[in-house]
Amino acid sequence: MSEPRIIVNGQSRALAGVPAHTNLLDFVRDLGLTGAKEGCAEGECGACAVLVARPAGDGSRWTPVNSCLVPAAALDGQEVVTAEGLYNPGGISGGISGADPGHLHPVQHEMAVRGGSQCGYCTPGFVCSMAAEYYRPERTADDEPDAEHGPNGFDLHAMGGNLCRCTGYRPIRDAAWALTTPPAHDPFALRQGEPAPAAASTRMEGFARPADLAEALELLRERPDATVVAGATDFGVEVNLRGRRAAYVVAVDRLPELRTLSPGSGAIEIGAALTLSEVETALAGSVPLLDEVWPQFASRLIRNGATIGGNIGTASPIGDLPPALLALEATVVLTSADGDREVPLVDYFTGYRETVRRPDELIRSVRIPQPLPGLTAFHKIAKRRYDDISSVAVGFGLDVVDGTVTRARIGLGGVAATPIRARATEAALEGQPWRRETIEAAAGVLAGEGTPIDDQRASAAYRSAMLGNALRKLWAQTAEREVAR
Amino acid sequence: MSHLSQRPDNPAVGQAVPHESAALHVTGRALYTDDLVFRTRDVLHAHPVCAPHAHARVTRLDPAPALEVAGVVRVLTAADVPGVNDAGVKQDEPLFPDEVMFVGHAVCWVLGETLEAARLGAASVEVDYEPLPAVVSLTEAIEQGSYQGGQPVITRGDVEGGLSGAAHVFSGVTEMAGQEHFYLETHASLALVDEGGQVFVQSSTQHPSETQEIVAHVLGLHNHDVTVQCLRMGGGFGGKEMQPHGFAAVAALGAVLTGRPVRVRLSRTHDMTMTGKRHGFHAQWRVGFDADGRLQALEATLTSDGGWSLDLSEPVLARALCHVDNAYWIPHVRLHGRVARTHKTSQTAFRGFGGPQGMLVIEDILGRCAPLLGIDPIDLRRRNFYVDGQATPYGQPVRHPERVAAAWDQVLETGRIAERQAEVAAYNTAHEHSKRGLAVTPVKFGISFNFTAFNQAGALVHVYKDGSVLINHGGTEMGQGLHTKMLQVAATTLGIPLERVRLAPTRTDKVPNTSATAASSGADLNGGAVKDACEQIKDRLTEFAAGRELAWEELVREAYFSRVQLWAAGFYRTEGIHWDSTTMRGHPFKYFAYGVAAAEVEVDGFTGAYRTRRVDLVHDVGDSLSPLVDLGQIEGGFVQGVGWLTLEDLRWDESDGPGRGRLATQSASTYKLPSFSELPAELNVALLDRAHEDGVVYGSKAVGEPPLMLAFSVREALRQAAAAFGPVGTSVDLASPATPEAVFWAVERARSPGQDQLVEGLPGLVPDRPDPAAPALHPRSEQLAHDPVEA
Repeated sequence: MSEPRIIVNGQSRALAGVPAHTNLLDFVRDLGLTGAKEGCAEGECGACAVLVARPAGDGSRWTPVNSCLVPAAALDGQEVVTAEGLYNPGGISGGISGADPGHLHPVQHEMAVRGGSQCGYCTPGFVCSMAAEYYRPERTADDEPDAEHGPNGFDLHAMGGNLCRCTGYRPIRDAAWALTTPPAHDPFALRQGEPAPAAASTRMEGFARPADLAEALELLRERPDATVVAGATDFGVEVNLRGRRAAYVVAVDRLPELRTLSPGSGAIEIGAALTLSEVETALAGSVPLLDEVWPQFASRLIRNGATIGGNIGTASPIGDLPPALLALEATVVLTSADGDREVPLVDYFTGYRETVRRPDELIRSVRIPQPLPGLTAFHKIAKRRYDDISSVAVGFGLDVVDGTVTRARIGLGGVAATPIRARATEAALEGQPWRRETIEAAAGVLAGEGTPIDDQRASAAYRSAMLGNALRKLWAQTAEREVAR
Repeated sequence: MSHLSQRPDNPAVGQAVPHESAALHVTGRALYTDDLVFRTRDVLHAHPVCAPHAHARVTRLDPAPALEVAGVVRVLTAADVPGVNDAGVKQDEPLFPDEVMFVGHAVCWVLGETLEAARLGAASVEVDYEPLPAVVSLTEAIEQGSYQGGQPVITRGDVEGGLSGAAHVFSGVTEMAGQEHFYLETHASLALVDEGGQVFVQSSTQHPSETQEIVAHVLGLHNHDVTVQCLRMGGGFGGKEMQPHGFAAVAALGAVLTGRPVRVRLSRTHDMTMTGKRHGFHAQWRVGFDADGRLQALEATLTSDGGWSLDLSEPVLARALCHVDNAYWIPHVRLHGRVARTHKTSQTAFRGFGGPQGMLVIEDILGRCAPLLGIDPIDLRRRNFYVDGQATPYGQPVRHPERVAAAWDQVLETGRIAERQAEVAAYNTAHEHSKRGLAVTPVKFGISFNFTAFNQAGALVHVYKDGSVLINHGGTEMGQGLHTKMLQVAATTLGIPLERVRLAPTRTDKVPNTSATAASSGADLNGGAVKDACEQIKDRLTEFAAGRELAWEELVREAYFSRVQLWAAGFYRTEGIHWDSTTMRGHPFKYFAYGVAAAEVEVDGFTGAYRTRRVDLVHDVGDSLSPLVDLGQIEGGFVQGVGWLTLEDLRWDESDGPGRGRLATQSASTYKLPSFSELPAELNVALLDRAHEDGVVYGSKAVGEPPLMLAFSVREALRQAAAAFGPVGTSVDLASPATPEAVFWAVERARSPGQDQLVEGLPGLVPDRPDPAAPALHPRSEQLAHDPVEA
């Protein structure tokens, strides 16, 4: 086993002596690379964004992540690039003197000349998010640009996890949309043609990255006090904001057995350690309900780190995926040294942040049974359109055959200590004709589901109203679609 | 045209150049205060011990257990303060308090070899508290009569007569929330002591001179013993005008006591729980209109939520009262203001400094009354504009009122407002569950510190023998582009290329006794001072050249050898302004900045969620010093205003539970700023043409704050869209911020009309009157406390 190291802007940097709770942000800043900033320490502002070379097919992708959330130890053996590194590819020439706009990276150049920076504090993070989208190989000129996609195919959602308090975003959007295609000799573009570094097998004080599932399960059995960490998008917040210091971290996000996705005939099986971005890409639109979830699920920066297993494993009552997965009647496959067991998602959650998973078990995968419901929708209520936490979320999975609701599965978030199924509403719909009277009656039932509370996100009355209105809105949209046909 | 405002040929001012630090920003090499920590040896890290009570007496504080924690070096307490234990200038903000005034109030600070050690040490300090009753909400404060400071009144004419003679009288209450600054860079200071006991503090501060003064009085030193430098700030927005001083003082005290550099950097959670915000306001009002909708009389009582100490609350209130009129002529006026004392963070300056809160009152009144008057809100606003010859309620003539009208007409024209109103009406008829609104609102904003003494500035300009130029001035850079403008001013005055001029960071040992970089006045004041210094040098060189045509470098070199002084200190003071805060009358503003905004929104009736479809802005920046910078200020200010009015939702725990007084939205996950998703689908911005401002540096105008208030257009559009769910003539009471939930309830009220809390006729809801026992706002007391009436 080699000494743990991270390649930062082309230079190999030792991890030895770095505490397990130290995040990647503090690690790179300690190296004097202070471009990446701490703005919020919880993955909301993106000022800490850096690029990591992640596997993608046969090659790799420069993937921006919130460096404040990831333990530095989790990057052992990986390649990281910061805003400083984009300016000085490879880091070969060492220090950079003076501000020479002539040698800026194209992303940096567009940001600089278009007024994309004012105070400049968020800028290095924006530059990293923007660079990743600049290098996205699938990005091609778009003949039908819209409010969120530029003529160069640049998707603004790529920067949805970066906050700027000064500019109002318009100049940043214009900078992004002015970008062309990377030249053939661009070292970062070339790097994407090569495989990402393999996952290291890391052993540091308080931190372990097992090489495979068997080793991981063995570790969990040996260390009942271990904390299982994948993308660390939840764990990192606990560490930074609430001073959580895990006795022992077992990183599972690169376990090969947990990173497969099989379309299957009876069910789609999604490996628990796939990031949400990877799941989105791999499913390629085959689960329409989840396609409604992705843009509303946190931000691209978070989805690049957060895994599907992690979102279920944290068992938050306001996680965005469970309401959708409940509507799809998903199951969770748990694995341990004793073997696998499959648990319906609805039975997985037992209480506030409590589940049936034993400490020696891992979530191996999520299964979505097929055929999928014919009519699906995801309604998320929040203060901000994107990158916000739900006040309530509703996932619908309905089958309407010859004008009658033959099956109804409705998942709810934000109205109880766990994500729940709206059983009474389902019963009020099933067997009934799909028409306004049914909807009104069922909407009344839905508004009474769960036990919503008053908090800083929303009032209980609003939450209840939104439950009922989710069904009314679904009806109105469906009816409008019918009319449009 | 004045000498000050006149531009030479081919000036560097007016060029659309990028921010002077843009290349450093985008490459991550721009340094902020806390970045210096990684370039400094042996730094100690400070962590506060924060009180868990909204109001309590500290009965015991034992730092000993903290000293047992590995890596803890020292605990700073009140006993360590050699000078004055106060973080402010009014002796009401103890740096180490024995009475806790809000949840999160720091009772002491722990210094550690690492931040982790300091954090663990802070958790080990033992503190006993005796909880005391707390006033948390503004409503509670009003009910209990919990106020602080003066209670100013602005009056003109005969309000009772105006109201009784009015064809329509309405009265109501308008409430608005505060706003967290959420500069991306939290408060940071790094202090060290050099040879001879000189204290050097690098601080993220908008007011280095005041930071210096407070560090000095805490340490019991003279101002010349302390130097404060601000490299740049990662955003300020007013939040670093008064608030950095205490943190700088903690760092400096730690450095003096340990002999090592000390770093104070607040986590986001600490920053949000410990530092002041924009004031929330409560307003009671009665208004009278004539039969044509012309404003006749307005009586209003504005109560701001000042938090636990006065801070800048009095000048904020003064500016609020001075902006209730916005762009409208109101013959009879009585405005009364007071500052509530609550057990919350001490609310402070925030872009607009009370102006937005004052203006929201009249915009809310017009938006709610228009449907009841049966007048289109666009017409109602337009017909009440000031015209030439009229004066504000505090007695200042309104100069250039035609500029509001010009900007208004331009927005109506380029925004195709009449056409789009018809489109909106057609859309609303065709859609049951979705409605649109289109609103146009004006801005008139006064520029200058009311407190006359603050309207001065200094600069230091060096021309070196090789012809290169270094400038230094008293203003700070927080992203607003002040330094970019100052470089342009210097290059213009000296008549040399922009590349020949460099700017050095703001330091109190270069330019002393500076005013805060605030009140949008940075470029006006410091630009005047930079220009003055450059002119002194230019005049000497011109005299020396005696008509010879010499290249700049040659001229400078020859001048040096002929012993011509190649550097100068510049000074500027704003002429023609005065203010009497006892009578609340005078001519406090050098001029007014104007703007007009049109916004169209679409509201989903199922959820109250909305999108901004299109925004058109026309704003008056005079003759722009730096168009790219000004455009950035306009757009950025607008979006920040939209955040305040629609999205950003500060919530305190007002329950009687154990969390009473706690800020429930103390993180980025619970307090939402505008993100890309709030960028209007279409955003058009134009600078007002023919806008030369005589008597201001190179004909320009201040731009930092006024555009924030262009965001009223979005709020009014949301109100109209919500009202469209009800019958024609529906008046809608819309909460501020107009979050989706607030809009949803407004839609629900519109669907069952008569729900607006507004009362028609006299006497109506009569606003509270001033407390005769309240202390007067006396100019002398302001001088003694060097308390700005405006900042």
